[in-house]
Amino acid sequence: MNLITQDEISAEIAAASTPGGPQPRLDFGPYRSSLLRHPTKDLRHADPETIELVSPVFGPQDVDPLEADLTIQHGGEPIGERMVVTGRVLDGDGRPVPHQLVEVWQANAAGRYIHQRDQHPAPIDPHFTGVGRCLTDADGTYAFTTIKPGPYPWKNHRNAWRPAHIHFSVFGRAFTQRLVTQMYFPGDPLFALDPIYQAITDEAARDRLVATYDHEVTRPEWSTGYRWDIVLDGADAVRFEAHLDEEDDA
Amino acid sequence: MSLPPTPGQTVGPFFGYALPFERDSELVPASHPRAVRLHGHVLDGAGDPVPDALLELWQLDEDGMVVQAHGSLHRDGYTFTGWGRASTDRAGHYQLVTLRPGAEEPGGAAFFSLVVFARGLLDRLHTRIYLPGQDDALAADPLLGTLDDRDRATLLAHDEDGGASLRFDVRLQGSGETAFLRYGRSS
Ligand SMILES: [Fe+2]
Repeated sequence: MNLITQDEISAEIAAASTPGGPQPRLDFGPYRSSLLRHPTKDLRHADPETIELVSPVFGPQDVDPLEADLTIQHGGEPIGERMVVTGRVLDGDGRPVPHQLVEVWQANAAGRYIHQRDQHPAPIDPHFTGVGRCLTDADGTYAFTTIKPGPYPWKNHRNAWRPAHIHFSVFGRAFTQRLVTQMYFPGDPLFALDPIYQAITDEAARDRLVATYDHEVTRPEWSTGYRWDIVLDGADAVRFEAHLDEEDDA
Repeated sequence: MSLPPTPGQTVGPFFGYALPFERDSELVPASHPRAVRLHGHVLDGAGDPVPDALLELWQLDEDGMVVQAHGSLHRDGYTFTGWGRASTDRAGHYQLVTLRPGAEEPGGAAFFSLVVFARGLLDRLHTRIYLPGQDDALAADPLLGTLDDRDRATLLAHDEDGGASLRFDVRLQGSGETAFLRYGRSS
């Protein structure tokens, strides 16, 4: 049994939270699973070649539009707060990323995943799997209909709870932009206690993972709504060539 | 205009019922006359297997051309899309079935591009898997030229079974740690 307390982990988080960049620390001791799974050497700089400046393309045979609605995958309505989650996928220059793949997975309203390894004794919802996919539209917009996931315990330390979140997997215009992350909900009291969220040691960067309640994206008498835009880091073919031009000018 | 990026987070332990899909690791069917098996282990800093890692392969076609074909998620058995996905098994082993990529330029080095995700890994890692048997091209490669011999060796695949297989291990940490790459991203 894990005897490390939340107080001990919180003290470790405070000690480890020296100012950081926009991305999480890979070496973040309070998240115990990271200890043996982070590289100890610096990432090596590579000038991207063409294959690293492009992404696969996905088409109508790859994704059924119905996969964007996680509430209709079974014979009945899942339990929980029905909601729309929508936003735009953008590159660092603010250009939309159209027709690209977005995948999501999440716990149900009780904080339980349909995954054999999830042993949390919360109820499984027979009407909710918690997996969805969609392609962004021409404007880079994605949209899912789902239910709000619950927080869940995860045994990093004694009585450790993850803030409620939806896992997102996002493709940009390039290999360099590939992103897997987690979207959170505003005001979650578990934020300060969570070593995964706190591994991003810059507060403004952490805030970028929190969706905004947006009454404009609700559906009247049907669902609440959250908006969350995703900005991808890294070069793609257009941005890299622009960067080379700047270097030539310098 | 420059927007601050959305941070990454770990893929966590529960992606296994969401991200894998049928024939995700078969960029070509194993029956393809030039199919090659690319396989190996993902290992942690103690040398133990990582049974909950997810790898993605991005590559040029055999002629060194970028592929832009639909059908990666719904494979028809004929269309090569240049992209695939593989989960590690309980022994930390992965395998992909694909074609050997060509080099982008004549005389250039041919390589696969690899993204690594895992529980415990807080953000994705990028690396390259260089094909063996192209000594002159490897010697002239701009990236490999910046690495010492030990790091360089971590990026080379090895032929097995007379070339029917390529072996490449990913070591997240410690002895033989894979050289992971950045491309001018802000981290
Ligand atoms: Fe989760």
